[in-house]
This record gives sequence, structure tokens and C-alpha cells, in this order.
Amino acid sequence: MIFSMRASALQENFDNPRMKGHNMCGSSIKWVLLIVMTLTLPAYADDSSLGSAITGDIEDLKQGLDTVWVLLGAFLVFFMQAGFGMVEAGFIRAKNTCNILTKNFLDFCMASLGFFLIGYALMFGNGNGFCGMKGWCLFGLEQTVNGLPLYAFWLFQAAFCGAAATIVAGGMAERMRFPAYLIYSFLISAFIYPVVGHWIWGGGWLSDMGFADFAGSTVVHTVGGFAALVGTSMLRPREGKYGIDGKPSILAGHNIPLASLGVFILWFGWFGFNAGSTLGVADGSTISRIAINTNLAAALGGIAAMAIVWKRFGKPDLSMAMNGALAGLVAITAPCAYVEPWAALVIGTVAGYIVVRGVELLDKLQIDDPVGAFPVHGICGIWGTLCVGVFGKQALGLANNGFIYGGNPMQLGIQIVGSVSTVAFVVVSMGIVFKVIDLVVGLRISREEELQGLDIGEHGMEAYGGFQIFSTT
Amino acid sequence: MKLVIAYIQPHRLNDVKKALYKNEIYKVSVTNALGCGEQKGYHESYRGVAFEVNLLKKVRLEIAVNENFVQKTIDAIIEGARMGQIGDGKIFVMDLPECVRIRTGETGQKAIG
Repeated sequence: MIFSMRASALQENFDNPRMKGHNMCGSSIKWVLLIVMTLTLPAYADDSSLGSAITGDIEDLKQGLDTVWVLLGAFLVFFMQAGFGMVEAGFIRAKNTCNILTKNFLDFCMASLGFFLIGYALMFGNGNGFCGMKGWCLFGLEQTVNGLPLYAFWLFQAAFCGAAATIVAGGMAERMRFPAYLIYSFLISAFIYPVVGHWIWGGGWLSDMGFADFAGSTVVHTVGGFAALVGTSMLRPREGKYGIDGKPSILAGHNIPLASLGVFILWFGWFGFNAGSTLGVADGSTISRIAINTNLAAALGGIAAMAIVWKRFGKPDLSMAMNGALAGLVAITAPCAYVEPWAALVIGTVAGYIVVRGVELLDKLQIDDPVGAFPVHGICGIWGTLCVGVFGKQALGLANNGFIYGGNPMQLGIQIVGSVSTVAFVVVSMGIVFKVIDLVVGLRISREEELQGLDIGEHGMEAYGGFQIFSTT
Repeated sequence: MKLVIAYIQPHRLNDVKKALYKNEIYKVSVTNALGCGEQKGYHESYRGVAFEVNLLKKVRLEIAVNENFVQKTIDAIIEGARMGQIGDGKIFVMDLPECVRIRTGETGQKAIG
């Protein structure tokens, strides 16, 4: 009854001259509005309030749409946790699978807790240029942030925080004590990640400078990658990884199908990671550009890494091609909104090259990174951040034109400052964190346990119960 | 000629291989084995329920050697596998009446070496 009255009242009012201002785009919009209003408007008796009521409802509709978009992004980024889990499990030996999956699982739990209690306040609360100081446990905050409900924004950011924490599990795999990992994952998500996040996304000193990192090449990947580097160098290599002559031997991953599933999940989740970082749909052009750039960079990263490894070692190595795709994704994360698709091709290709050489470099330095966490996230995180200053375009929302568009190195310089200071902060703070954990609970498991496998040693259960794993390494 | 058979902890295999190599014993066969002995199993837990695993995973080594290598082989296996704990394993030494190398048809001590 009321429903039909409302509809007819609206129909009349669309022909009312007072409504012309709101009726901007002709008759097709009029019908869309009519349907939407019919579904959402309460009944208005007074005609004069109708104009502002429609404006208000369009606002609501916009916020609703943006919220759905950001929550969709949050869910996709959460699913990346599964991707990281599968990639890491696939690239390590069977006897440690249960352990790495427990770490992947628990670090998201710890990140959720840490980011709720402390992290969010440090990252987005009002404070100084170094860190925020308000909003512990989300108390005393505005319920709307950037035109989104606080809780949606928090979930999206918490999923990012979990991604940064979980990167380290792969780099320190197969030899790190589980209690040490739990403590580490709480500390990075409550303190270290949010501080860097505040600098760049929370109104801190780097964002004041004009540093641009659209979706987190620096905030998430440089932080995670360098934390992994610090941890993995402090842990020293796995037993049997380097011979007495320093030559690396192969401790091959035990399940390539799992690893490739993980890469596909990450690629899929990355669409939410990058495109969701718009925090809104707007007219759809930006999120579309981001999605195509994300896809192209990943594809070219895969092609480039495969081509290089094929040429250098004679065979197209799937594990390296997959690392290349991840490298492309990491690299496009910062510039995804600011560059043209052709630039995404270049960014991805170079990232694919970097990751192959990065893996070789680590082996030369005898730093044992079982899944390539540092080359993928650390080095390509920096590469992606610098790309903003090289390929970014003012017309696409960047403060200054990138180097190739104006020859002005301004933006590139700012990007370099941001990368260097983030690396310095992470290396020092994570160095302290890991050192303290080492002294208090111990960072590395015993040699016996390492040989036997962390599944039995740490958890008393096996990943592949009923199978006898035959391994000579 | 003797046949040395040893059951060791799987995770000691690498150390045993290294010790054998050091003592110039380069030929060995390795198989997976399940067994129970003094160690009497270990406990695993699954969904909060602890259970005893009775048959333990072991690795079985078979090494055929000439008499002058028997002691060196035994020493190497002990060096690599011994932790001083129950479950370290056992070594059996038995006479080997004949040995033939398939490729050449050589027999006896020549075939082993």
C-alpha cells in the first residue's frame, strides 16, 4: 500500500522543475533512480523535502556500494593468506608442512588481535608524524573513515597487516621455533607494520612529503620482505643447505601443485589488494585500470622469470616462473593506479628479472630464504615503489609527473627517501625484536628437531599422516 | 664377505652417509622400513587425542663389504647414527656366500669392491 503510493509520488516529482538539478543525466538515470528510490526511500509526505532526501539517499547508496567494494577487497586479501600458506607449504619439505601452515594460520589470528588492540591506533589514529596515538581497541574513533564505516576500513587494513606478517614465515621456514614466531607475529602487527603504515597512509611524515604507495609495495611488501631478510640471516641457513665449499644444495619443495595453487590464489586475491585500495568504486575507471595493470604485471613477471631461468639453466622452471608472477604483483602494487598499462608490462618484466637474480644473489651470500620471500617482497617492493616516481602520471592522480613524463626527478627522489627510511626502520626494529626473542625464548630449533622435522618436534603431528616420507635431505 | 644390515633413525641418514663416505665406503642401499624395538613408539596427538605410534619409521641400510672393511663400516654407522638414546638402531653382520656383478659377471670379492 505505502509502497505503491511512494512510487507514484516519485514519478510525479520527476516531472517537477525543482528536481531538474538532481536529474542530471537524462531519462535513463531517471528510471534507475526511480527504482532505487522506490526500494530505499521512506514515505515522504512533504514534497519540498524530497530533493534533499534523494541527495541524502544517493550518498547512502554510494557509501553502501563503496563499503561492499572494500569488504569484497578485504575478503579477497584475507584469502591471500591461504595463498601464502599453499606457496610456502609447497616450497618446503614435507616434514615441516604442518609447522608452516600453523604459522600461517596463527599469524593472521595474532595480526587480527594486535591490529585491533594497538596497531590501528598507531597507524590511523591522530598523533604526530611518526605514529598515531588514538583509537586503542578502536575506542573513541569516528564511525566513518574516508567515507566508509570504520569497521569495514579496519577489516581491510587488518587483512593487509596479516599479509605483511605472513611473508616472514616463508623466509624463516623449516627452522624457526613456533613460540618465537607467535611473539614475532604479534609484535610486527601491533607495532612495526603500523608505524610504517602511519608514515605513508596514516598522515605521517612520508605522506606529508608526497610519498606515494598506492596499495602497499612499501607498507606491506618492503616491510615483510626486509623483516624476512633480517630473520633469515639471524637464523642462519638450514642444515645441509650449503656445503663446506659454500655451494648451495637443493632442498627441494615437496609439493609443486600446492605451490601453484597458492600462486593462483595470491594472484586472485591481489585484485582485491590493489583495486580495493581505492576505498571506493567512483565511476569505475580507476579500479578497472588497477585491475588490468595488476594482471599485466603479474603475467609479464611470470614470462620474464621463466624466460631468464630457461636461458640461464636450460629448463623453464615452474617454481621460478611463479615467483616471477608474484614479483610482478608486488612491484605493481605501489604504482597500480598511477601508471598506464604499457608501464605495467615494463614493471612486471623487470620484476621477473629481479627475482631470478635476487635468488641467485642470496645463494651467493649464503642467506637461506627457502621460498624467496626477500627477492619477491623485499627487492621488488622497492622496485615497485621507485616505479611510481618513474612511470607515474599526474593525470592519473599522482602529485608530480614521473621521471619519464617530465624529466623531473622530484617524485623519484621522494620515493627513494621513503624506501630507504622504511628499510632502515624495519632492519633496526626487526633486528631488535628477533634478538630479544632469541634471548628470551630462542629463535632456532635444535639440530635434532630440524633433522626430524618440525611437524613432530613442534606440534607432535604430521601433515601427511599414514604416509612414510622418504627423504635423503 | 659380509653383509652389514643396519636399522637407523631416518633423520640420521645424512650423517651416516657422510661418515661412510669419509671411511671410503661408497656403496649402500637404503630402504624405508617400519619397526618397533626398545623405543616402544612415540606419542602423537590429533584433535586433542593423544595416541601412541607403535611402528616407528626407520631406515634400513644394506652394505656388502669385504672382511677388511667390516669394522670401518660398523664404525661409520655408529658415528653417524649414535645419539646415546633408545631408538638409535641396530647393526647386523652376516656372512655373504656369493656376490655377482651383473654387468661383467665378476663374482666374489672382486664383485663387491
